[in-house]
Amino acid sequence: MRNYLAKRLLLTFPTAFGILVLVFVLMRIIPGDPARLMAGERATPEQVAAIREQMGLNDPYWVQFARFVGEMATGDFGESFFSKRPVMEELMARYPATVELTLFAMVIATVAGVLAGVMAAVYRGSILDHGVMALALVGVSMPIFWLGLQLIILFSVKLGWLPAGGRVDPRLGWQGSTGFVIFETLFRGEWTVFWDAFRRLLLPAVALATIPLSVIARVTRSAMLEVLGQDYIRTARAKGLSERVVIFRHTLRNALLPVITVVGLQVGSLLGGAVLTETVFSWPGIGRYIVQSIEARDYPVVQGGIVLIALAFVVVNLIVDLLYTAIDPRIRYS
Amino acid sequence: MNRQSPLRRLFRHRNALLGGAIILTLVVMVACAPWVAPYDPLDADLTRALRPPGGEFLLGTDEQGRDLFSRLVWGGRLSLLAGVSAIGLALVLGTATGALSAYFGGWVDLLVMRVMDIMLAFPSILLAIAITAILGPGLGNAILAVAVVNIPYFARLVRASVLSIKEQEYVQAAEALGADHLRILAGHVLPNALAPLIVQATLGLGWALLDIAGLSFLGLGARPPDPEWGSMLSRAQAYIQVAPWVVTYPGLAIMVAVLGFNLLGDGLRDALDPRLRR
Repeated sequence: MRNYLAKRLLLTFPTAFGILVLVFVLMRIIPGDPARLMAGERATPEQVAAIREQMGLNDPYWVQFARFVGEMATGDFGESFFSKRPVMEELMARYPATVELTLFAMVIATVAGVLAGVMAAVYRGSILDHGVMALALVGVSMPIFWLGLQLIILFSVKLGWLPAGGRVDPRLGWQGSTGFVIFETLFRGEWTVFWDAFRRLLLPAVALATIPLSVIARVTRSAMLEVLGQDYIRTARAKGLSERVVIFRHTLRNALLPVITVVGLQVGSLLGGAVLTETVFSWPGIGRYIVQSIEARDYPVVQGGIVLIALAFVVVNLIVDLLYTAIDPRIRYS
Repeated sequence: MNRQSPLRRLFRHRNALLGGAIILTLVVMVACAPWVAPYDPLDADLTRALRPPGGEFLLGTDEQGRDLFSRLVWGGRLSLLAGVSAIGLALVLGTATGALSAYFGGWVDLLVMRVMDIMLAFPSILLAIAITAILGPGLGNAILAVAVVNIPYFARLVRASVLSIKEQEYVQAAEALGADHLRILAGHVLPNALAPLIVQATLGLGWALLDIAGLSFLGLGARPPDPEWGSMLSRAQAYIQVAPWVVTYPGLAIMVAVLGFNLLGDGLRDALDPRLRR
């Protein structure tokens, strides 16, 4: 077990390093001179040259790369061209919004997806099964930004039930200390703010959850069907156990492994989808910030944001793998 | 045992037929765009802006008074062509990468596959966004970005096929007969990898359409006034209150096309690759 853990942990380093190499190379292909970009349109050639020297752009590439890795490792992502504040600070101010959104979407996708998959498998061949599978297929075929717009049209414009964007009503004048609006207000019992924030979270989270939900439902169904065909399920039924116990205790538990894998893999689609969802719903998270920074050609922010999200994905995959070993003892010994 | 030919299995697969029919209809429609579209997709006339669907304009008009249906038909040309180009490029580059990597083996293989793993460590749309952000916005760069993002999938598939086939007796026989390596690779090894590649390409087309539409929506892909399904949505966002149809139909078109590729891809997998059947 300890060997496996150590090996798995060690394996994340080359990946993280590779991500840095890739981002470093990508950022050097940018057409145009970063020093000129930073200096602005009206800078004199001398000013540009001074900034070049100051940014270390005259050093050989391997020196630049070593410096880059050092900076990334210490969380120094440079300074935003636009706000002149440290990129790390800017990103940290926005990441709670992204975390709350993706976390909530993940919960919706997992709970609803597993439930739908179980129902489809239990009532295999029924209208319910066909309905769930058809919806799951439509779910992975939809552009999520378009689904977001449709949800706004229906629930905000037509029905007027939910707000169309933003994270919390500015008129409430809420000032939190952590940035996690939902968690903080829930913890402190500030119900007015909590309710407002919750209503705003609902639509983007549902839009973002759609693809993972569909994938999880499909995987759960096929995993359930496989287990339902096993001898020990027949034995359990023959013993006279109630159907509920057979389904949830005997079948679902054994079908969970592929489901957990796919939940982990979907985090990638969630983090990517967050970029689009945040843009549609004016959600003040990292995804929208990256898009705005691309428009403003604020490269340090783009670079830092992408590294941060990619590393988050690597860490989540690591956690999933560890969870996997906790659930399935067979893996530890292989 | 099921001993029908793959083609026959495909034709008996209801979902695959449906998917194929959807794709065929869309392809015919966009190929005949000049005859199908009743108006010029770029012909703006502010006096007829934001007309609701029905009547003179089948699906209504957009904010500049252009016929939405005509724009969708012409936009389909751009969107489908972009998707096919991206996946075609990924197929060629990925196949070459995977085949050469498996062929050379050793540290080349190790290095190439590590690079592929790292690319897969990024959420695909995020990597595509990063690449387009660097290359600059535009449909061509968006296609390139989506192609690059898809390379690892094809490379892994081909590499696995090549590795498993390399040791087979008929390949060794061909080698003993003096066939050169390229010939063995092209004549014996790759045809065996064809089935999974076709499936991957079909399903990949669906993803590519979604990613390209997403990039255009963010303003990184097709630029106005060119009609493209994703960029049409990007512009329409502002009219969500007054003219919901301009936000609805382009997305519906994307969904139908992607659904078609997904249905066809699933069906092809069932028909071509019996090992993967459940």
